Amino acid sequence: MKGSPSLRDRLNTTVRDIPRSGIRDFFDLVTTMKDVISLGIGEPDFDTPWHVRESTVFALERGATHYTSNLGYLELRRALSSYAAKTFGAEYNPESEILITVGVSEALDLALRALINPGDEVLYHEPCYVSYRATILFAHGVPVPIETRAENGFRLTRAMLESKVTPRTKVLMLNFPNNPTGGIMSRADLEDIAAFAVERDLLVITDEIYAELTYDQKHTSIVSLPGLRDRTILLHGFSKAWAMTGFRLGYACGPAELVEAMMKIHQYTMLCASSLSQKAALEALTRPATDIGEMVAEYRRRRNFLVAAFSEMGLECHRPLGAFYAFPSVAKFGMSSKDFAMQFLKEERVAVVPGTAFGTCGEGFLRCAYATSMDNIKEAMARLKKFIGKLS
Amino acid sequence: MDELLKILQTNALESRENIARMLGTTAADVSQRIADYEKRGVIRGYQAVLNDETIDSDKVTAVIEVKVTPQREGGFNTIAERISRFPEVRSAYLMSGTYDLLLFVEGRSLREVAGFVSERLSPLEGVLSTSTHFMLKTYKRFGVLMHQQSSDERLTVSP
Repeated sequence: MKGSPSLRDRLNTTVRDIPRSGIRDFFDLVTTMKDVISLGIGEPDFDTPWHVRESTVFALERGATHYTSNLGYLELRRALSSYAAKTFGAEYNPESEILITVGVSEALDLALRALINPGDEVLYHEPCYVSYRATILFAHGVPVPIETRAENGFRLTRAMLESKVTPRTKVLMLNFPNNPTGGIMSRADLEDIAAFAVERDLLVITDEIYAELTYDQKHTSIVSLPGLRDRTILLHGFSKAWAMTGFRLGYACGPAELVEAMMKIHQYTMLCASSLSQKAALEALTRPATDIGEMVAEYRRRRNFLVAAFSEMGLECHRPLGAFYAFPSVAKFGMSSKDFAMQFLKEERVAVVPGTAFGTCGEGFLRCAYATSMDNIKEAMARLKKFIGKLS
Repeated sequence: MDELLKILQTNALESRENIARMLGTTAADVSQRIADYEKRGVIRGYQAVLNDETIDSDKVTAVIEVKVTPQREGGFNTIAERISRFPEVRSAYLMSGTYDLLLFVEGRSLREVAGFVSERLSPLEGVLSTSTHFMLKTYKRFGVLMHQQSSDERLTVSP
C-alpha cells in the first residue's frame, strides 16, 4: 500500500472536505510556547464544586459503574424536568421528553441527524460555536449562515432570517448567550424570532448552554414563548454553570417524538452517557446553587474590567451580556484577525482566538475568554496595550 | 454584601483603578466608599494571610475553650471583652454549646502559652474552667488553602 493520498481519496467525501477546527492549529502553536497567558480557553477556570466531586467519588465507591437506561437515570431526568421548568419556563415529561447525552455536542449532532434529510437547509447565526457548520454537514444538511453584527449586539433579527429563508429551510439553530460574542437575546428579540418560526413552520434547535451566565438581565428561553415548546429541541448541560466540562454531560428536552428519534441514534451509537457523570449531575442539581451566584458575580467583574480596559485602549467592543467571552474589534489595525492573534502571541505571549475560527464574518474580531483569573486578565490587558502601542 | 467589600476581602491590595473597572465606576468613587467604610468601622483593618510554615518562627497557637459565668450586668460581654484585651489573644468568639468562649492564643513557646492560661486567664474572676488544644498544622486560613499547588489542567486553547 502506498501512502496517504490514495487513502485520502477513499475517505467519505463529506468528512474529507470539512476542514478541521481553526482553533486546533492555534492550539498546536500555543503548546510549543512557554509562559503564555491564555484568553483562549472556552471553559470555566473555576473548579467543579467540591460537593459534586466528592459525591462522584462516593458514587464510584458505591458501584454506580454500569449501563444506565438509554435516556439516562430517571432520577436525573426528574431533577432536570423541574430544573428546566424553573430555568427555561417549559414543562418536559421526564419519562419521554428528556434525553441525557455526552455533552451538548452529542445532543446537537443527534438533533440534526434526527431532523435533517439530505438537502434540507439549516439557518444558524454566525459568529457561532466552531462545530455548527460541520455538524450540519455531517448530517447532510445545507448550512445557511446568517451574519450577526457588533453594532447590533450580535443579536438575530427577523429581517435577517427573512433574507435567508427558502422553501427548503427546515431548521433554525440558535445559541444565546452566544459563544464567541457574548451576545444575548431579550424576550422581545426572541418574540420576533418565535413568531417567524411559527409562521414558517420551522423546527428550532436552541443551544442554551450558557443560560445561567448572564450579567445585566435574566436569560429568556425561546421554549417559554407561545407555540415554541412543541417545535423546539432545547439543549443544555453541566459544562459551564457547574464547571464540569470533562464530565461530558448534556441533555436535550423536546416533544416526545423528537426525543424518541434522537434516542434511537443515541441508543445505537452511544448507548448511554457515563453513569458517574450522571450521578455527579444529579448532585449538582439537587444541592442549592449558591456556587453559581458567586461565579456569575466574579465573571461580571471580569467582564466589566475587560470592557473598560478595551475602551481605555481605544478598542471597540460591544458590551457582552452573557457567556464568558468578549469580542473586540481589531479591524482598524489593517491586519487579519489571524495575523493579529499570531503576532500578539509571538510577541507578547498572550493567546486569543481569531474571530474567523467562528465563521468568516468573525474577521476583524478576537475572542477573549474571561474564564481566567483577574490577575491573568490584568496582565493580558497590560500586554495588549503594549502590543497595540507598537502597531499604531 | 457590597461587591466592593467582597473584592477587598479577596485582595485588599487591589488598586482603586482596577476595582473601578470591575465595578463600572470611577477610582475616586471607590476611594470615597472605602474611606467611608473605614470611618464607620465596617473595615477594621488589613492583614496579609501568611503561611506560617514558610516563616522561620517557633510560634505556637492554642485553641482554648473557656467556660465563664455571665455577669449580672453585661452578660458575657464584660468578661469576653476583658479577655480579648490580652495581646496574646488573637481571636475570641462567644459560642453555643458546651463551653462559652473560644480563644485563639499565640505565644512564642508552649511554656509561654501555658503560662498565659494558668497565670492570666484561669485566675480571672468569672472564668470557671479552660481546655487548651495546641494547633499542629494549618491547612486553610481565611478561605485560603496553605498547600495548594497551582495546577490548571485545562488545555491552553479550546473552543
